[in-house]
Amino acid sequence: MISRMPAQQLSVPVEGQVGTAPNEDEGILVARDLTVHYGSFPAIKDVSMAVQPNQITALIGPSGCGKSTMLRCFNRMNDLIDSAKVTGGLTYHGVDLYGPGVDPVQVRRHIGMVFQKPNPFPKSIYANIAFGAKIAGIRSGLDELVEESLTKAALWDEVKDKLHESANALSGGQQQRLCIARAIATSPDVVLMDEPASALDPIATLRIEELMTELKQEYTIIVVTHNMQQAARVSDRTAFFNVSISEDGHRTGRLVEFDDTTTIFTNPREKSTEDYITGRFG
Amino acid sequence: MGVGKLLMDPLLIDLRGDRGRQRRETLVRRTFLAAAVFSVAISVAIVVSLFGEAGAFLNKIDVSQFIANGWFPRRGRFQVMALVAHSAIITGVAISVAVPLGIGSAIYLSEYARSGTRRLLKPTLEILAGVPSVVLGVFALNFITPQLVKRLFSTAETSNLLAAGLGVGILIVPLVASISEDAMRAVPDSLRQAAYGLGAKPWHVSLRVVVPAALSGIVAAIILAISRAIGETMVVALAAGNAGILSVNPLEGGITLTGAIAALAIGSDQVAGDNAAFQSLFFVGLLLFVMTFGLNIVSERFVRRYRQRY
Amino acid sequence: MISRTAPTPDLVQAALAGRRFRLVDSLLAGGLLLSLFSSLLVLITLLADTLRTAAPVFADRGLVFVTAPLSADPAKAGVLQGIQGSLALTLFVMLIGFPLGVSAAIYLEEYATDGGFTRFITANVRNLAGVPSVVYGILGLALFVNLAGGLTNGRTIVSGGLTLTVLVLPIMIITTSEALRSVPATVREASYGVGATKWETIRHHVLPIALPTILTGTVLTVARAFGESAPLLLAGALVTNFFQPSADASVVQLITDERYTALPLVVFNWARQPQEEFVQLTAAAVVVLLVLLVSVNATTILLRDRFEMKSLR
Repeated sequence: MISRMPAQQLSVPVEGQVGTAPNEDEGILVARDLTVHYGSFPAIKDVSMAVQPNQITALIGPSGCGKSTMLRCFNRMNDLIDSAKVTGGLTYHGVDLYGPGVDPVQVRRHIGMVFQKPNPFPKSIYANIAFGAKIAGIRSGLDELVEESLTKAALWDEVKDKLHESANALSGGQQQRLCIARAIATSPDVVLMDEPASALDPIATLRIEELMTELKQEYTIIVVTHNMQQAARVSDRTAFFNVSISEDGHRTGRLVEFDDTTTIFTNPREKSTEDYITGRFG
Repeated sequence: MGVGKLLMDPLLIDLRGDRGRQRRETLVRRTFLAAAVFSVAISVAIVVSLFGEAGAFLNKIDVSQFIANGWFPRRGRFQVMALVAHSAIITGVAISVAVPLGIGSAIYLSEYARSGTRRLLKPTLEILAGVPSVVLGVFALNFITPQLVKRLFSTAETSNLLAAGLGVGILIVPLVASISEDAMRAVPDSLRQAAYGLGAKPWHVSLRVVVPAALSGIVAAIILAISRAIGETMVVALAAGNAGILSVNPLEGGITLTGAIAALAIGSDQVAGDNAAFQSLFFVGLLLFVMTFGLNIVSERFVRRYRQRY
Repeated sequence: MISRTAPTPDLVQAALAGRRFRLVDSLLAGGLLLSLFSSLLVLITLLADTLRTAAPVFADRGLVFVTAPLSADPAKAGVLQGIQGSLALTLFVMLIGFPLGVSAAIYLEEYATDGGFTRFITANVRNLAGVPSVVYGILGLALFVNLAGGLTNGRTIVSGGLTLTVLVLPIMIITTSEALRSVPATVREASYGVGATKWETIRHHVLPIALPTILTGTVLTVARAFGESAPLLLAGALVTNFFQPSADASVVQLITDERYTALPLVVFNWARQPQEEFVQLTAAAVVVLLVLLVSVNATTILLRDRFEMKSLR
């Protein structure tokens, strides 16, 4: 199938990468001309991109470029904002996520989310992990689920003796890994991460990054980050968003370039990408 | 310390300040301090005025009277237990009305209502909170009793604990709603997002995340509502009647702690002086004070707990 | 969970489909809205029933009901003394309670250091706000009517006014404290930075900013005092069908020498009368009480807006 956007087909596959040269029309999540309005003003406009399974896709760009808005489209978190309106196409395994008969609640069980600031529920560590399963009606095997999820999130050894203590007692880095464990405990397909390490110190950040690399064996990860080094370190593909400001001061984000991370960081096609990567603005 | 002086001799800059200005500051400070101390003096005065006469009352009568023979102070019979029981029944009825309605309203306002609905419905609670209790007393006596209680239960007396309890319940709905809503709105949005991100439905988010997180505030609201219900006077004095015989049937009338104080007060011209009936007023007041004070302190604890958390 | 090997769109569609109509969610939202509506329903019933019952009184006698004095004869009875007493009591609360409450709050928020004594006073004030009003009545009886009877002349408006003042003081302190606390610290720092003293800072910067909020709190407090009745029962207000102040009493004497009643107590007294006619009179008195309550609110709000305009200038 021939892409409608030949310009984006120019990406050169990088050696050693498996399953690259993805067609822009194929992927686990595919956006076509996606536009999000807050009220009557577009926050992002005409974004087309395809996310490949078992990869880490990074969304980068200056503040206000709409990368978080884009991320929240993938699991319909934007539905929670009354004034938000999503137009264009967004498919998940070929199914229109915004089509009739699709329930945002079900979407979020398949496409989980980790937020910028760690937000554990003010309950025990155990109750945090078990929450997703409990609301899905699962009552048995919770102990195993909690252990498995915490182990995957590399937190088990640190908390196994205090599972029933408050999650608020954990350090910031531990809380964020708990939130990751909580997200994967619902057995999602995709995990969205909104600047998951921006509130953490460098060592905790490093642990989260290691964790992401491990988790991509099992999950597809999309991560928004302000930190370009982080994008370069962990992601397989990188989407660079930029912002344009209209005359009346409204900011609209657009996808400028989406390619293999190595290409974006070594040989970007667009001038603005290069300027951003090299720190000339942003 | 004019500019001229500074220019003339920079070494003689006067840093002592203006004496008059300092004196005024001290005076103002002391005035305000006096006002603050006055507020403490009130509570001392309350305690002293209650304890003195209440002690005299206890010395005068036989404490075994507290549990039998009814509450007929002018005849020297002081069954405090009847007052407590009637107060407890009314409070129970009031709480079972106000807690579901108040917390339900609070959840709706905090989690469901859009700004338009909120602007429309929130003032309803505020207006209800501003209705004087004597007005609700009249409503309980002249509307709730004939139109509601007697229609449902033909055996109900004209003065009955049920109608009084319903009236008090209406009175404390706004209190429960506003404190609970404050507590729920204090729950950070990130927790709601976390739950939605895990595929929670709206009812999971409100009942399993927001309500548990706001629980200490909600408990505080309930305790405060109990305290308010026990202390409510006019609704009870009008709708529950003055029957001094212990009754645990909500369809019968019965005098409460506050009702007893009101009844003694209306006749206080006659019972003034150092007789036991007059002094029993202070004893009942002391009982009321201790109960509500204790409840308020407990409620304060709970409020502090949720304030600390967020 | 969706199988990771080539999920067909049908399978995915099925996995993403939710029930279109979520029973629990709809039931809960409906139930919650219903609980909120029940308050509205009660309020409407209360007003409608009161107006319906009171209508004949106003139809037959018009505003004469408002200007006629109390009487045991239902055909002649009016609420005059009740209105006079209530307005005098409210004035008392405003003139004494407001400055006292604001002063105490200024001390606690602006002057007091955060030590044990301050915390004691603050906790004390909070707990006083929760003491039942009827207990304040007992205090009024013991302190103002009996102990200080020489100064207050016993059962007069002075005793009642002081009792209500003491009752609203804690609420006044709490609302004022909250208003003062919401003034940003930068305002104070800026004022100190140009060499102002504490009092100058408070008077010229802190109070003007906090005033609208303080006055809003005052409106609610004064309205509460206006509708309060239980403490007045003890502080000597009359619950009776007739009393006549001596005809030649001056306004001062009316306040300091004569017996008094208040509108809520007129309502209370009439509600307890056995005659059928008094049911209508009671409702009519409730209407007058509510109308005055709304006016007290409106007046204080107007005053607040006037103040606000001034402080902007």
